Amino acid sequence: MIDLPNPVVVAAGCGGTGRELAALGALEGIGAFTTRSLTLNPRAGGPSPRIAETPSGLVHSTGLPGPGLEIFLATELPWLVQQGLRVVVSLTGASVAEHAEVARRLAQAPGVRALEVDLAVPDARAHGLLDVREPFHAANVVAAVVREAQDLPVLAKVRADVLRVAESARVVTDAGASAVVVGGPQAAALPDGRPAGLSGPAVLPLALRCVGEVRAALPDVPVVGCGGISTTVDARAFLDAGAVAVQVGTALLHDPTTAARIAADLAGGPS
Amino acid sequence: MKAPLHTTGEVLASKRVGAYQHLTVVAPGVAERFRPGTFVAVSVDGTRLARRALWIHGVRAVGGHGPALQLVVEPVGPGTRWLAERPVGARVELTGPLGRAFALPKQPVATLLVGEGYAAAPLFPLAERLRERGCQVNLLLAAPDERHLLSALEARRSARAVTVVTADGSVGRRGSVADVVAGVLAQAAAEVVYAAGPVPTLHAVAAVAEQAGAWSQTAVEQPLTCGTGLCHGCPLPVVGEDGVARVVRACTEGPVVRGDRVRWAELAGAQPEEPA
Repeated sequence: MIDLPNPVVVAAGCGGTGRELAALGALEGIGAFTTRSLTLNPRAGGPSPRIAETPSGLVHSTGLPGPGLEIFLATELPWLVQQGLRVVVSLTGASVAEHAEVARRLAQAPGVRALEVDLAVPDARAHGLLDVREPFHAANVVAAVVREAQDLPVLAKVRADVLRVAESARVVTDAGASAVVVGGPQAAALPDGRPAGLSGPAVLPLALRCVGEVRAALPDVPVVGCGGISTTVDARAFLDAGAVAVQVGTALLHDPTTAARIAADLAGGPS
Repeated sequence: MKAPLHTTGEVLASKRVGAYQHLTVVAPGVAERFRPGTFVAVSVDGTRLARRALWIHGVRAVGGHGPALQLVVEPVGPGTRWLAERPVGARVELTGPLGRAFALPKQPVATLLVGEGYAAAPLFPLAERLRERGCQVNLLLAAPDERHLLSALEARRSARAVTVVTADGSVGRRGSVADVVAGVLAQAAAEVVYAAGPVPTLHAVAAVAEQAGAWSQTAVEQPLTCGTGLCHGCPLPVVGEDGVARVVRACTEGPVVRGDRVRWAELAGAQPEEPA
């Protein structure tokens, strides 16, 4: 795993290009910045409406809009590195081969500290991405990324499915992942029925339970907690449950300064 | 352009005018950074994560507080109703000013400003800036009815000529922007057209401006969640300067975009609607 000066990390898909948060001073003191899930080719994203509000949550199906690998490497990554941020690049793709190609290129790019394989896209099939449902699919993807990543640590983000999360964590670490990110969106539907993900405080108890399940089954595997964290109390709950770090995502859409505030609180020592 | 701020504001005044609630909010630093066409994203009550985007109607000095934002709220959903009910002294968390502002012409040319409903708000401070630059300002204001017509009296002060249309004919001419904009544009001999309102209205204005050989800038309002460029919830299909079709974020690459750059047909059916 990468050495983090602070356990608070910006979650994949919620920090934009980094510039939006930097303009608000909202990256101060954070441990690392995770990019949105990158694909080999540019993606325009899905149709409107993409996001719906639900009590304590957001239901979202953006279709993972992104610049594609070339533009990311030419414009977004150098800027993030120049800011002195520890950059974790999240990646996804339509096939195992695409994951491997993206990982190969990123491993050669200066400044990338770690890769995060997004195995938890809740609406993958609807957007033409590899639908990682079975543990052996996840293992194949992670093994391919680890092979290409050379010395870079590879984090595997697995679904916060309480019944299967320990098994998922086991297969991805057996396949070479250095750490497991547990949480992220729950599979859900937009009001019109389209596949989507549910994020925000509504999913926090599920994510917290999943962290506990993985810790109990695999005490030696570093776990990063992610899911609905919006306060310092939330972050401490995950750290107390054994997470080595926490990711803040959806809360940034409501208050872009959330990650920086929690990072500052935690840096201030235990209370 | 100065960076936006995330801060806590205080409601200094709240007044109902027709269908809209006019809020005066002091948020140190935000009003100083304001340019016409930018907006603020405001947090609403409790468990609601999506923010509400509000146009800035103007900036006004309030004794003892410095410059304060004047915001227009149409209370149509739970979040906007909550905002409209905030009493004087209430605190609201907000981020802004966000987005790209209207670009001002370098020469003192004749301009036409077209606004419909509450979205007409940013045209009023724009009119002031244009007049300061010696531009002739013509205003076309539209609404479904008189209650939804924003600041028509104020408009008479800031424009050379004001045309009002309402769908029910309760004030001004009966009709829509699409019905009258070509005639108003010709009469004003405007070289630059600014528009703010629903997508079909913006589309009509952009088309007429292009036919007349005028530049148009449209403030496009899309359903958005964060307002800060993070969520990708407000896709805006455009054609870039390089002629390549792409999808940008209405909140960050917009809200003001050139009318001839928007792929309007693809925006139909994606009308702004407050989250339920």
